[in-house]
Amino acid sequence: MGTIVFFIFAILSIAAAWMVVTSKNIVHSALYLALSFSGVAVLYILMNADFLAAVQLLIYTAAVSLMVIFAVMLTLRGDICESNTENKSWFAGALVSGLLFVVIGLVVFTNADWRVLAAPWTSGGSAEDFSLLLLTRYMIPFEAAAVLLTVALVGAVILAKGVNESK
Amino acid sequence: METLKYLMETLNNLFLIIAEFIRGLFADPHSVWANLTMNVINFIIVVIIVVLAALILILLERKVAGWTSQRPGPNRLGPRGWFQTIADALKLMGKEDVTPAGADKFIFKIAPMIIFCLPMMTLAVIPYGRGMAPIDIDLGIFYFVAISSISTLCFLMAGWGSNNKYSLLGGMRAVAQMISYEIPLLFSLLGVVMITQSFNLGVIVEAQGTIPFIVLQPIAFVIFMIAGLAELNRAPFDLVEADQEVVAGPFTEYTGLRWGLFFLGEYGNMTAMSALAATVFLGGWQGPGFLPGYVWFFMKVGVMIFIMMWVRWTFPRIRIDHLMHLAWKVLLPLSIVNILLTGLGIYIYRFVMGG
Repeated sequence: MGTIVFFIFAILSIAAAWMVVTSKNIVHSALYLALSFSGVAVLYILMNADFLAAVQLLIYTAAVSLMVIFAVMLTLRGDICESNTENKSWFAGALVSGLLFVVIGLVVFTNADWRVLAAPWTSGGSAEDFSLLLLTRYMIPFEAAAVLLTVALVGAVILAKGVNESK
Repeated sequence: METLKYLMETLNNLFLIIAEFIRGLFADPHSVWANLTMNVINFIIVVIIVVLAALILILLERKVAGWTSQRPGPNRLGPRGWFQTIADALKLMGKEDVTPAGADKFIFKIAPMIIFCLPMMTLAVIPYGRGMAPIDIDLGIFYFVAISSISTLCFLMAGWGSNNKYSLLGGMRAVAQMISYEIPLLFSLLGVVMITQSFNLGVIVEAQGTIPFIVLQPIAFVIFMIAGLAELNRAPFDLVEADQEVVAGPFTEYTGLRWGLFFLGEYGNMTAMSALAATVFLGGWQGPGFLPGYVWFFMKVGVMIFIMMWVRWTFPRIRIDHLMHLAWKVLLPLSIVNILLTGLGIYIYRFVMGG
């Protein structure tokens, strides 16, 4: 049962990701990206990571709408149907993504602790243990990410509003 | 007295008893097929709740509008105008289904369908009574917010697919508004989660046996109401479909039942948001014992819906810069302060109780 569901949604995600790359219309690309993210969310649920799945839907899928807006606002072509034409240097792109895939694959397969457990390893739901880990063992990366995001937010506000340049 | 108590108990667990009976028809009451059947039945019940709520609310909205502006509202069709919804639905079905020539056809057609699916998915995790959640998941609140955040994308799809400048403007407004108000909405719910130590809606209702969380979290409730109204795109936050500015926003090019699906989706989402408010802040199915739990629950949902309609027909529309100002400079700091105060409160409570 789980295997069938896995293959349905894995194929869905990969097909959607393929369409993101090949679609001629940039808005269609963004919407296919949302579909791909949703498929990955289902895969997370299959791996008993339901908190991560909800985060995936909330942050990634919903944020695609912002991406569509940027795509619409920043595209200069008159006809949206040819806004995402194929790039000539696709070979370099394929090389880079292939290398990245190999690196990720190596990391995954050399790490002995990488496996899907039959039952959730957590006792009281994944959110509880997740937050415990975040606030104890991974405290510093967590805080660093928070600081980074705050800096980015402040930077965006300054870029948008401008500062008083008085000397 | 004993029989009365027994009767009450039976009435309270009526639906659970029916569910047990259906399960009992299978050879093994907990086999895969029994679970599948129960899931299908639960799904059908949720769909019925959404559709029934939409049918009732369309009439209720007009009646409340009439009440607020001191006129009778629809009163021609049937007794006191109760058949008005049927006439509306028939009118919508009779309309021509127009797809604009330059539209992005697939996006245009799929957007109303997705938006009508969302309230069914969110209402499926609400506990309607003791042990009566159609799907009981640990991440109830989080799942609810995650699913309802997808509606932003649907509004943008509708606005984009229509190939109309007013639709696109409306869609962009939807994104700006809904993404901004999602943050205070989530943060206002966090206070309750901190008190109960759980995302599970069933646990949250159980925790409100003595006192509903609206008493402990009044600021959070007010923030939730404002942000919830903004998430639903209802007046005074209906900038997405402000007819004086952007015709009807993303719905401009939709006709007939496609437009009707948006309408049903709006009322379904409103029911879902009211159900969440009733569950998290008003105590869900908890209530004095002379009525069954699910009756209390639906009464609370009704009160929340009535307040939302009342607000809609009372306040004028907010300006867009004021809207953003309210979200980022008032509601967001207030909700963070609320989280801080809740944390302090829990700490002091534990210190005093010696836990």
